[in-house]
This record gives sequence, C-alpha cells and structure tokens, in this order.
Amino acid sequence: MSFFAVDGLTMRFGGLTALDDVSFEVDQGMIFSIIGPNGSGKSTAFNCISGIYQPTAGKIYFEGEGISGLAPHHIARLGIARTFQNIELFSTETTIDNLMLGRHQHMHSGVWSGVAMLGRATSAAREETENRERVQWIIELLDLVQVRDRPVGELPYGTQKRVELARALAMEPKLLLVDEPSAGMNADERAEVAERMRELRAELGVTILLIEHHVQLAIGLADRVLALNFGKPIAQGAPEEIRQHPEVIKAYLGDG
Amino acid sequence: MNDRHIDVVIEPTRDHYEDIQLFTARGSWIKLALLLVVLVSLPLLLPGYRVFTLNYMAVFVIVGLGMNVLVGYTGQVSLGHAGFLAIGAYTMVLLMTRLAVPFPIALVMAGCVSAFFGFLLGLPALRLAGPYLAIATLGFGLAVTQIIGHSALFGGHMGLVVPDAMVGPFPLSGDVSKYYVIVGITFVLALGVRNLSVTRVGRAFRAIRDSEIAAATMGVDVAYYKTLSFAVSAALTGVAGGLLALMTGFISPGVFTFTLSLMFLAMVVFGGLSSITGAVLGSIVMGYLNLEMDAFQELPVLGPALEGFSARFMSTVGLPNFGWVVTGMLIVFTILLEPRGLYGLWIRALDTMKYSKSADAELSRSGSGAD
Repeated sequence: MSFFAVDGLTMRFGGLTALDDVSFEVDQGMIFSIIGPNGSGKSTAFNCISGIYQPTAGKIYFEGEGISGLAPHHIARLGIARTFQNIELFSTETTIDNLMLGRHQHMHSGVWSGVAMLGRATSAAREETENRERVQWIIELLDLVQVRDRPVGELPYGTQKRVELARALAMEPKLLLVDEPSAGMNADERAEVAERMRELRAELGVTILLIEHHVQLAIGLADRVLALNFGKPIAQGAPEEIRQHPEVIKAYLGDG
Repeated sequence: MNDRHIDVVIEPTRDHYEDIQLFTARGSWIKLALLLVVLVSLPLLLPGYRVFTLNYMAVFVIVGLGMNVLVGYTGQVSLGHAGFLAIGAYTMVLLMTRLAVPFPIALVMAGCVSAFFGFLLGLPALRLAGPYLAIATLGFGLAVTQIIGHSALFGGHMGLVVPDAMVGPFPLSGDVSKYYVIVGITFVLALGVRNLSVTRVGRAFRAIRDSEIAAATMGVDVAYYKTLSFAVSAALTGVAGGLLALMTGFISPGVFTFTLSLMFLAMVVFGGLSSITGAVLGSIVMGYLNLEMDAFQELPVLGPALEGFSARFMSTVGLPNFGWVVTGMLIVFTILLEPRGLYGLWIRALDTMKYSKSADAELSRSGSGAD
C-alpha cells in the first residue's frame, strides 16, 4: 500500500461534477503536483482530502487507512496539514499564536490546567513553554522573527502566506497540502517559493502535495505530476512527460 | 541557504515563559499590590450603602468575564445569560434551604449546574449562528424565568429568601464581609479566565471565531470547543448568580429579565470584545449605571437640571428613565468613537502617554545632539 492514495474520487455539487473519477498515488518523501486551469477541481480535491467536503464517491487512503468521511480535525490529527488558496489565518492573533494553533493536537491542557496556570512549574505553563520553543525554529526557518508578535491581519500578503505555511509546519505533518503557494507573486518571489519547498522536503522530509496554477513552477518542483481539466484527469506521469503531453498543452492553450 | 539561517538566528535564546507570564516586570507586581490595597481598603473608606453597589458591580464583572469567553473569544452571541444567572442563584439557594448544603459548596454547585445547562444550550447552538443563535438563546432566557415563575419549588413569582451564609465558622452578615468574599472570588476568576485565554483552550476558542475551517484543519474539534465555551461561560454566570443571591438576600423571577440579558451583552461590547480588561471595565460601568441610575439627581447642578428636563419632556416616572437614555447614549458614543470600546480608549490613552514620553525623549536627544 502506498503512503497516500486517492482512488476514484468524485465530487458533485448538484448538477456540476467538480471532480470526476480522479485517482493517484503519492510515495513518501515525494513532491507531487496537481496542475490544471482555473476551475479544474484542484482545490476541491484538497477540500475532500482534508475532510471539509465529503466526496460523492471514491476513497482516500493515508498510510493504509481509509480517511474519506472523517471530520477535518480527525484528519489533521493523523498528520495531514494544509494551507488555503485564499489565506485562512486567525487574523486577530499574532504570528506565534497562529503557529501555536498548529501545536493544538500535540498539546493536552484543558480548561482546569489552563485556569490553574500559576507559575512556571504548572503543567500548562510547561507545555506552553515547550511548544513555544518548538515553533521558534519554524519562525526562524521562514523568516518570521520580525513579525513574531504582530497580529497577522496587518501583515503583507506574501508574509501571510509564509505564516500560513509555518502554521501548517508547526503541526509536524507527515503530508503537507500546499494550495497555490505562488498565487499573486512575481517571478523572483516564485523562485523563492520553489526554493522553500525543496528546502522543506530536504530538511523535514515531509511529503508535499502541491496545487499550483503556475505550470512551470509546479512541473519544475515535482517528482510526479497530475493534470486535471474540468475535474477529469487528463494526464499523469513524470514532469517531462507532462510538459510535452498533447492533452495538457491543449488544456492550457485551448483547442486553437 | 545556510547563510540565511545564520543571519536569522541573531536573537538571544528567549525565555518562552515570558510570553504567557502574568506579571512580567517588577512594575506589574507593584500595580498588582496597589490594586489589592485599593480593593481591600475600599469598603473601609466608603459609606456602607456604597459597599452594596461595589458587590453588585463585582457580580457584573463575573458575568462580563463569562460573556467575554462566549461572545468575545468564541464569537457566539447570547441574549439569554440572565437565564444562567437565575439557574445559578436558584441552585445555590435551593441547595442551602432544602438540603442544608453549606454556602461554599452550594456556590460551586451553582456553577456546575449552570455549566451543565450551558452545555445543553451549546448543542443546538452548534447548528446556529448570528441572528438565529441570538433568538435561540433569547428563548432560553425567557423560558428559564417562566419555568421558575410558575413552579412552587422555586417559590413562584413570590421568590425565595436567601438563608444566612457561613464560610466555615464565619457568618456572612454585613455587606462588608460579603464584599470580601465576592470581590475575592471575582479576582480569582478574572485571573483564571486570563490564564485560560493564553493557553491551549483559549486559543482554540479564538481560532473558531476567526476561521472555523482553519481551526478544524489544525485539529481543533470545533463542536467540542463551541459547547465547552458555552459551558465555561455559563459556569461563570452561574457563580455570579449565586453571589447575587448572597448579596441581595432575596431572589425572584423578576430579577432575571430579558433586559438584564441585553445589558450583559451590551457591557462586553461596550467594554471591548475579546479583552479581559475591557470586559471588567464595561461590567463595572454598566453595573454601576444599572444600580445607581436613579442617583443622578445627587450630582450637583447637573442633577437637578437633568431631573427638571426629564420631568418635563420624558415621562412621569422621572429620572430613572432618563438614566437609561444616558446609558444608551454612552454606549452609542463609545462605540462610535472607538469600536474596541472602553478597552480601545484605554489603549489609546496609554499610547498617547507613551508617545508623548518618547517624543520628549526624542526632543531632548536631538537637542543634545545639536549642542
């Protein structure tokens, strides 16, 4: 059984078929890209995987277990983290508090131990301190030291994207779903994003499932690529194959 | 790649406990000591009937803390918190009269029973939001007073007399002894809520308010924390209800009105949502106004003028009604001026003080530079 597998995933909204019988497998340590024009069903696939949507048909397997139908917080606890295309940060909270939410599932303090946090030695204080130390290196890794204690709502767009990625990493996921990391960025910033993804895989060994609108970035980074068009898989394979695949070229350039 | 890492790690190893520590600097210990001195000496300095007002305000502060958890942190609305106040008050009084439970235990039970009802109300609230939730909680508050008003066990509309309370061997007879119990409990609960807000559960509450979807994908069980927030909020309000019964010596359904529920919502918005300081400030001001509005006439010059105005233009009831007008206007103007309420004004005042200080320092520095 592979590390992560999607089998015959189908998602219908009323009469609209957003995903039509999509299957793929991801090996551990891989960067797997899903490409496709706007409205091709990429984000719908992520929403199905992370449990926000219940798929109409098909199965999703993570480490050999079926996860389709589980609630989002259960899926998160299995070790799947994600970012969102339209940033979903806790905007009134500071950067560090956003990252600490990523630690939620690794922490245990409840109401009573939280209320009774009266000094360094109490259990809630120890847990807080330990986990703040743990996210500090992520803050440093993603250049967020300057904005550590600022509310994220007031940060620039690119920085918010980094905070969101950092928050997902704080969960110490086994599988990271990254939705459009280079949306709204220029060529320099895109190169930086690509560099960061490689760095994350190299340093953390995290498996990355990437949705990317920008084809060159997605193909350049990936070990394997799936191309979607109108919810249907049109090609799957190594980056070089996909780059030259007639169906993919047609999807992006139109029938001409 | 490695260069970037090195120039980023310039910060000395930080002490992460500082982030969540209650009293970070020596200055804050002094402030705390001052606050305690003021709280302890207040009833000794003020005339006796004012202590009753202070007790009332402290009860409001506890409700404000509870409303802050629900409305400020988790972002759910309640128009029924007078219901939890009633549940707390009646639970405590009935336990003391029927089962001869000692006051401290009865008060804890008041919080627990109220929390249980909070949990129950939290369940339908999972499927409701915004105006729908507001109406559901409104219905709850009204239902509680109706049930109490028509049941012999609860003394019906005639109400119940609260028995004398003892803390261990000490009887709580006068307002002053009740003051120390009520304000002591208020102080401890405020610290508790503050601690809750900086740890895991408080963070999960606020995450749900900001983005339910993101919270869920972080592993936060949204349904669990929403009902938990209702329970915590109701527990605090239930304790406040018990203390209200203790200080007034008599409870009846007429006390726990819909207007009171509205007042509870207004005071956390007025104080500044999602801030403990704001909730405390708002509750103190609204508690004071709620009890003392008819004392406006004691103000020099303004008092008689307002009274004359009210008698002429407002109604035959006179000044108490005008007090409501003043309260309403106060809320409207504060929110217009500063959406973060009293807390926002407080922060602005501090900022202004800081800026003027640093501006002075800047001036003197540039002055010496010019020399």
